[in-house]
Amino acid sequence: MKTNNLSILLKRLTSPPGLSGYEESIAREVEALWKPLVDHLSRNRLGSVLGFRAGSGESPRPCLMMVAHQDAIGLMVSGIKEGFLRLTEIGGVDQRILPGQLVQVHGKRTLPAVVVQPPPFLLPPEAQEGSVPLSYLWADTGLEEKEVRRWIQIGDPVSFNRNYVELGSDVVCSPSLDNRASLCALTLCLQELQARKHAWDIWAVASTQEEETLGGAATSAFQVQPDLAVVIDVTHASGPGSPAHKTYPLGKGITLGWGPTVHPKLYEVFKELAEKLEIPFKMEAMPRYSGTDADRLQTIAEGIPTMVISIPLRYMHTPVEMVSKKDIQRAARLLAEFAASLEIDFMVKIQWDETPKP
Amino acid sequence: MKELLKTLVEIPAPSGYESQVRNQIREWIEPLVDEMRVDSLGNLVAVRKQTDAPRLMLVAHMDEIGLMVTHVDQQGFARFVALGGVMPIHCVGGRVRFLNGVQGVIGVEKNPTSSEIPPLEKMFIDVGASSAEDCPIRIGDVAVFDRSFVDLGKRVVSKAMDDRVGVAVLIEALRRIEKSAFEMYYVFSVQEEVGVRGATVAAFGVEPDLGLAIDVTATGDTPKGHRMEVRLGKGPAIKIRDAGMLADPRVIQWMVQTAEKAKIPYQREILEFGGTDARAIQLSRSGVPAGVLSIPCRYVHAPSEMVDMEDVENAVKLLINLLQTAPNLERPK
Amino acid sequence: MGRNTETLNQPTITPEQIRVLEKLCNAVAVSGNETEVRRLVMDQIKPTVQEMRIDALGNLLAFQKKESRKPLRVMVAAHLDEVGFMLTSEEDKEEGIYRFELVGGIDPRWLAGKPVQVGTERRKGVIGCKAIHLTTAEERRNPFTVEALRVDLGGGGKARVGDWGTFATPFQKIGGSIRAKALDNRIGVATAIELLKYEYPALDLLVAFTVQEEVGLRGAKVAAHALNPDLAIVLDCTPAYDLPLQVEDSFYPLENERYNTRLGYGAAIYLSDRATISDPRLVAHFVRTAEKMGIAYQFRQAGGGATDAGAIHLQRAGIPSISISVPGRYLHTPASLVRIADWENTLRLVYHALQSLSVDVLQTER
Repeated sequence: MKTNNLSILLKRLTSPPGLSGYEESIAREVEALWKPLVDHLSRNRLGSVLGFRAGSGESPRPCLMMVAHQDAIGLMVSGIKEGFLRLTEIGGVDQRILPGQLVQVHGKRTLPAVVVQPPPFLLPPEAQEGSVPLSYLWADTGLEEKEVRRWIQIGDPVSFNRNYVELGSDVVCSPSLDNRASLCALTLCLQELQARKHAWDIWAVASTQEEETLGGAATSAFQVQPDLAVVIDVTHASGPGSPAHKTYPLGKGITLGWGPTVHPKLYEVFKELAEKLEIPFKMEAMPRYSGTDADRLQTIAEGIPTMVISIPLRYMHTPVEMVSKKDIQRAARLLAEFAASLEIDFMVKIQWDETPKP
Repeated sequence: MKELLKTLVEIPAPSGYESQVRNQIREWIEPLVDEMRVDSLGNLVAVRKQTDAPRLMLVAHMDEIGLMVTHVDQQGFARFVALGGVMPIHCVGGRVRFLNGVQGVIGVEKNPTSSEIPPLEKMFIDVGASSAEDCPIRIGDVAVFDRSFVDLGKRVVSKAMDDRVGVAVLIEALRRIEKSAFEMYYVFSVQEEVGVRGATVAAFGVEPDLGLAIDVTATGDTPKGHRMEVRLGKGPAIKIRDAGMLADPRVIQWMVQTAEKAKIPYQREILEFGGTDARAIQLSRSGVPAGVLSIPCRYVHAPSEMVDMEDVENAVKLLINLLQTAPNLERPK
Repeated sequence: MGRNTETLNQPTITPEQIRVLEKLCNAVAVSGNETEVRRLVMDQIKPTVQEMRIDALGNLLAFQKKESRKPLRVMVAAHLDEVGFMLTSEEDKEEGIYRFELVGGIDPRWLAGKPVQVGTERRKGVIGCKAIHLTTAEERRNPFTVEALRVDLGGGGKARVGDWGTFATPFQKIGGSIRAKALDNRIGVATAIELLKYEYPALDLLVAFTVQEEVGLRGAKVAAHALNPDLAIVLDCTPAYDLPLQVEDSFYPLENERYNTRLGYGAAIYLSDRATISDPRLVAHFVRTAEKMGIAYQFRQAGGGATDAGAIHLQRAGIPSISISVPGRYLHTPASLVRIADWENTLRLVYHALQSLSVDVLQTER
């Protein structure tokens, strides 16, 4: 996998806004990219993209589902007053990063705007000190009210300005790397699988609404009823202000999840594969939940053995997220290796225990 | 419609104990539908069959918020917890009515160190008993707020507008509609107020292609109230999002286009808290495109909730129009 | 008299069952890692069931009969997991000192200065805290946070990040009471094991020993979806906050009004908790049964808390559910306490309720 190819791919995947609930723009991009890599493309009823690759094993074949959420966090117009836009959040947004952010308002036309913080004398006493709550910030398009109301209405999604920057040879900075970096890894995995055989059927899923309800992955899993699922998401990279014991260094490897949402035998398989491929990784302890699509997906229908692999990402949920291209490649390789090496009778190997025969 | 609404809101039916209002609804709609059933959680599911038509699940919840007794002390005062989102500020000095007919008053412990509204743990219900032995209520008994319907002309006030007004809209639509573009499932759900539980199992059972909840939404038009755009009297609201879900953009488009074509006033709604049965439908099985037709309501979850009768009438009109054309569920632009 | 014959063969708590409970309580099975207790249970129920299955999450599903023939399929659920912690970061490799995070709802103020056990090998260690001599009065007013506490295994190489651990309290019978860790929910598990020893002519009994209850009722959700029973009875252990009131008022005689349940008052029947409003038809059945058979019972106060019923009753098109628990003091702490009499009453209540269950119970509307 050439780094150039990865950069181009990543830039394509981070360009569409695709906010939670409004993923159409990224879904089309994913469909275009996956079309040559899968046997069949479809959409689930909540907009997730499903790409199916038939396996080479004997029928009936078990199926593996690999999921990366395609939706991104952002804002939404919640009111218009004197030409200024009131905002609400889509997904979790720290209000402190907003003043001065350049954004795009996706109305009947896409209009540029900036998020601004009013001077204290225009705010009630409870909002004057400290960081200004989101409901008191404005987005200013620079246009007069009549023009604003012509193109914009309540409910229009507002995304952070696209700004893809390569910092040095390995690190990339852009909005929406959560979770387009994982989507990139999943796409690279599908590219690698083009040249390899796999016994199992494979479903690649670009899920919707992870940042709000985890609904896209859960409903896709109900529809597909996979035997196994792997979720690819991002995790916290170490950085200024973040505690070292809860973060992972950028560019030094990916993480493999461990905890109730992860099937321990799947963890072991991924660990062995990573060691074999000399992919650096760390165990990411998830004592209660993973904070990813896995949380809902694992308990769909009669339960799905699930694995979570994550790419370290710095400044999560800000427009200046950072990720290492090497780490994306590592995730892609590991996924492809796992998918290709699944034996047709793998499910027997991950039984929890032998149950006594009557 | 005021009469219909008045009868509905005055029936006591808190989450988990909806049978009284269900019986009344069933009596009214039985002659209007092909089939009716009550499922294992108590949802009333009524069907108007139609072959070769997409299946639409309409839902309005029957339950209202209420209280459950946890302990009756030696002097006959009852402690309680909330069933659903009961706010302490609305309990002080309130009156309640138990399902067994007993009425009472909510009293509050004095707090010498603070004038803040105390939590529910520091309140109690006084039914006028003098001891635990002669108290006509006991642990487990359930009650609702006791406020009657008031007609202010253009606007009406009562407890349980949330969501008896939605129930009324559904019943009225049932009465007026003859044909529709869908196979119709009219669901009167239970236990919405404690976590959209009824709709969760109802949606699984119905397996709809499309879902629409009819529920109330808050307004931002009272002095220093919620910071939101929805107003009483400006028409029913088409929900864009609330804290529980993002309405499907295709459903929003369908609702907006229908309202504009039929020249029905409407508002675009964003609610930063709360959720509705539509969330449960959206996440059911393999997913269902879902939205909400909201009735603006002031003082939601207070004993005196206020709606505008024009909004209600327009909601009925909009619903009837919506049922005439199926939405385009192709990918949006 | 009918009542006497019916009570003749009813279950009782024998020294053997207390021994089984002891094994269960001393075993370690924190949410996500229930293997040890699951194996113990499999061993115990082998002679009483015709089929067993372990599903994708690790739930143990037990079927008294291979085939379902009766008109009523009843699911009984008891969760295998206990609260505990997971080691999340190695702070001092040589000394064996680790940061940890809690698994399940534990009040951190019960943690300081307690012996613990970690990992599948049950390595002994402690959650220590610095000596009082090295603290100030000011400091002692603020509780220890989980962030500030550490697990100390007294030397390196005994554990690794990701290992689960819990309290190391040994099981002890004290007169008519039992003191142990994990009575929530080993006592429910022991009750289910016992129930499987009896025949229920009118129904098919399906028992789910569930996983991950303490981290979100996760195992029960998929178990219920798979079993799809007509109704479900959840066996758990619920808090008894029946300690003395320490607030005085010379004007008004105050009472402890938020005890949840009380020790010695019998089996606790749930009306409503944070996750479930019990099916009133089942509540009525259990109350009738208790009154008829002279079994002590109490209503668990409505309010917070949740059991597997929260997940079960919302599965598929809805499953009428109820929870019945043994009251226990100091649950989710190093040493919980139950009364054997309450356990026996709970066991008997569920046994008789199962014996008298029929399809008629669900004929009326909810």
